[in-house]
Amino acid sequence: MRTCLVVDDSSVVRKIARRILEGMDFQIVEAEDGAKALEACKQAMPEAVLLDWNMPVMDGYEFLGHLRRMPGGDAPKVVFCTTENGIDHISRAIHAGANEYIMKPFDKDIIAAKFQEVGLVPLPEPTVA
Amino acid sequence: MTPADYEYLRKLLKDQSGLDLSADKQYLIESRLLPLARKAGLAGIPDLVARMKGGSSSHIAQVVEAMTTNETFFFRDKVPFDHFRDTIMPEVLKARAARKSVRIWCAAGSTGQEPYSLSMCLKEMSAQLAGWRVEIVATDLSNEVLEKSKAGIYSQFEVQRGLPIQMLVKYFKQSGETWQVNPELRAMVQHRQLNLLHDFSQLGTFDVIFCRNVLIYFDQDTKINIFNRLARSVEGDGFLVLGAAETVVGLTDTFKPFPDKRGLYRPNSARAQAAPALTMPRVAAGR
Repeated sequence: MRTCLVVDDSSVVRKIARRILEGMDFQIVEAEDGAKALEACKQAMPEAVLLDWNMPVMDGYEFLGHLRRMPGGDAPKVVFCTTENGIDHISRAIHAGANEYIMKPFDKDIIAAKFQEVGLVPLPEPTVA
Repeated sequence: MTPADYEYLRKLLKDQSGLDLSADKQYLIESRLLPLARKAGLAGIPDLVARMKGGSSSHIAQVVEAMTTNETFFFRDKVPFDHFRDTIMPEVLKARAARKSVRIWCAAGSTGQEPYSLSMCLKEMSAQLAGWRVEIVATDLSNEVLEKSKAGIYSQFEVQRGLPIQMLVKYFKQSGETWQVNPELRAMVQHRQLNLLHDFSQLGTFDVIFCRNVLIYFDQDTKINIFNRLARSVEGDGFLVLGAAETVVGLTDTFKPFPDKRGLYRPNSARAQAAPALTMPRVAAGR
């Protein structure tokens, strides 16, 4: 089973994301800040990272920089998931190696759409009506 | 909603828009019309039907709009846009190399996600289209959705369904919680109100017609009629793109499926080709 690392300092957000992603057949690892997320990646590199921006200790942007310089750190698909919805933040994130970007609030449809976008889950059957 | 109300709405929708609801679509009517009734300050659908029977043309127009407006999002179903980029446009670039123009019709343009997805595809190949005249005509039955399409303004929720983040950054301008399509892309799309049941020959002919997820609502005779008229609106070497649940097969021979490309069709030129082929043996015999 593929693993998704969910990085967010809010336990509520982590719980919602876990429920959605488990429904998409991911095994979930949680981290409450960027530093703990890096530790998790050193132990086992996940296939996907759902990443908040603003967190104590180490923010998501800094985590992404470290991750992409780690051995094997270019492999995970990183999807930001943050209330930072300004175009400047989005551009910085893409430049730093993020694969996709979710502007909070999010729901199941948005997570599914973005994970399809980066090839983490197959496209659904075409919709009718 | 009483069976009589349902029958009344069914008949009215059939007459006004061609929408052909089967007998079991009460839920669809309720989910679309209850919010509309409430917005109009009415208690429910029976009251709405009473107003319509009383001759309120504004209520009738709103009901037709609400029932015929479909969910849509950017690059919906993905595959048709892959066809557009990888199969249709390479052919068009060759076939129209001299004329340097391409005309595309979104026959159910709705709130603009489809025409703007196509204009983004075309922008992505702007190097090959340098000096070309590119025209996208978006039509819809509903004026309300056409106004939204023209404005090109979408909520944060709408731009996160199907639109890759790079495309959002590249082709949209953020304004608070909403995102607006760039003026350059908006200028590529013309908007016209149009009922597919009526004559559309005035739009001219097109190289590509997208007509997705609208014919499914029509009965068989109406579908055949529209296909036959679409065939006259598409260039002989053009393309027709239908929705995933739609096909021409068994309805008309004016279009034929493009091999191995689901939802993609071309006008059937078999008859035109058949004529010269039949004269061949005689030519051979004369030698």
